Amino acid sequence: MSVAAVAGLPAGRQRRVLPGFGLTMGLVLTYVGIIVLLPVIALFLKGAEIGPLRFWEIVTAPRTLAALRLTLTAAALATVFNAFYGLLMAWVLVRYRFPGRRLLDAMMDIPFALPTAVAGLALTALFSENGWYGAILAPAGIGVVYTIWGVAVAMSFTSIPFVVRTVQPILEDLDPGQEEAARTLGATPFQIFTRVIFPAILPSFLVGTTIAFARSLGEFGAVIFIAGNLPMKTEIASLLAVIRLEEYDYNGAAAIALTLVAIAMVLLVVSNWLQARLTRRRVPA
Amino acid sequence: MSLVISHLARRFGATPVLRGIDLEVRQGELVALLGPSGSGKTTLLRIIAGLDWPDAGGLSFDGADWLAKSAAERRIGFVFQHYALFPHMTVRDNIAFGLTVLPRASRPGKAQIAATVDGLLRFLQIEGLADRYPAELSGGQRQRVALGRAMAIEPRVLLLDEPFGALDAQVRRDLRRWLRGVHDSAGTTTIFVTHDQEEAFELADRVVVMNGGFIEQIGRPDEIYDHPATPFVARFLGLTVELPVTMRAGRAQAAGLDLAALPRRALPDGPATLFLRPADIEALPDPAAPFRVTEAASTGALLRIVAENGTGCRIEAEVPRREARALSVGQPVGLRIVAGQIFPGGTASAAAQAEPSRPLKEARS
Repeated sequence: MSVAAVAGLPAGRQRRVLPGFGLTMGLVLTYVGIIVLLPVIALFLKGAEIGPLRFWEIVTAPRTLAALRLTLTAAALATVFNAFYGLLMAWVLVRYRFPGRRLLDAMMDIPFALPTAVAGLALTALFSENGWYGAILAPAGIGVVYTIWGVAVAMSFTSIPFVVRTVQPILEDLDPGQEEAARTLGATPFQIFTRVIFPAILPSFLVGTTIAFARSLGEFGAVIFIAGNLPMKTEIASLLAVIRLEEYDYNGAAAIALTLVAIAMVLLVVSNWLQARLTRRRVPA
Repeated sequence: MSLVISHLARRFGATPVLRGIDLEVRQGELVALLGPSGSGKTTLLRIIAGLDWPDAGGLSFDGADWLAKSAAERRIGFVFQHYALFPHMTVRDNIAFGLTVLPRASRPGKAQIAATVDGLLRFLQIEGLADRYPAELSGGQRQRVALGRAMAIEPRVLLLDEPFGALDAQVRRDLRRWLRGVHDSAGTTTIFVTHDQEEAFELADRVVVMNGGFIEQIGRPDEIYDHPATPFVARFLGLTVELPVTMRAGRAQAAGLDLAALPRRALPDGPATLFLRPADIEALPDPAAPFRVTEAASTGALLRIVAENGTGCRIEAEVPRREARALSVGQPVGLRIVAGQIFPGGTASAAAQAEPSRPLKEARS
């Protein structure tokens, strides 16, 4: 409190809540380095060891291609579903007040909290021919378990919160004045949604769906129970990597894993770039 | 072609916000709704716009019942307090919005919309901003864009909610003059809400003073300034000094105060309350006077003094400092009241009168 103590502070130095930029930044970089970056680098190094020719051979092998195709198609199906349903759920949670809203809001996080293997087992039980859903769908000729649809259902289950939770806060912060302004200017409810609300949430909606897609690509626990894992038919890429590992084919496992990582990274970069482009001129400089 | 509001009432839950509003606004008029926050002025504006609906009462324009019409059907232009511009659209697209959402059959062609927008940009003196986004504009520029967006649909009535509330003092004064010019050359009927009396008085043809869901007084700015109709209006206009006086044959009297300058008033004999501005008091040293200066503080040009008479009467006055050299704490002063407004009843009942729980007619009796 004394004047001398205050005067003793180096000039121009601001006091911070956490002790120092150096220490906090150091901790952050250490974490990112050890937990995030190092494994990815190790993967790339392992991949580089293989050599381009062998790498190409592994990735273009019929079984790998089939697995990648299934993974990408199922993830795309799950993401299309999640984009619509996630947006709808965020909308309902933000725009309406009803009994049980907070409970419903909490339930959105169940897929995050539930072990994915448990989710996979539960879904398999429900959709198998004598399960609750399967008993209805099977006579209609719709098979879910051991098909691409089952894979998509499992992927959708674990990734839908990403859409809900990224869109929800943006929707909450929307200025109701903008909608009222559109109303006084003669816009129909449909025009208000497509021209005022949707453009406002589009950047976060894009990010949410991209993360959901990336997550679906790598989903393992929930999928392997319901997929049946028939080679060339319902075998996902990450499972194939595990199989290669169990066969002591480290190169094969690394090549498949690397391909998955590359697709996910490209997606995230593109989505962030799109988001930056869309929001660039909206934020005051 | 006038807007007629009759017996309009609105409550939010158990809280009455509007308690019987009667108002007629003529074609081409510029009207200010003036009042403190919570007086119901914004609610009234939103009901006129079709963004809120009354629980009782009527609203018609040019003979047509507006309560049966949606906001879009009324064709009003609404300028929001924080502008509510669409952040993902350029200035040009913001202004064009009202034209581009028209049904295909009545929508003007692209070239025609562009021409209309160009015309508005020129009219509002923001031609250089056409391709900017709202985030790249200053507050005053946003205000102009918001006005342009509202005017693009050629509204029958232009409604502005605290149009200058979010701007700093200099921009505020400039835009005020500019808005008056816009109103005059566009010829629309304009209603705006404000809590700033200077703004209302400078800009409006007529001022509607609101308080607690009632209209306290309607009149031209000078009329209201010179003759506040109720104790509330008097206080709101800065007549903050309240003195108990006795009426006798139309003249106010109070011990130790020179009230000869006040005009005769047709009020019954008995207790009354005099409302005045601190600047409407002249204080002159007078050894025989019952009032003494107990506090004196300079604000630069003015000397703010408090005078007391020892029997609980305390008066605040502002006198030009150059005329008040002789005034210091302890000095006995004679007080001369130059102007003021008298309302019947003692200070206690005048205070009760200022409660917002009584309709206009009683207030005027």
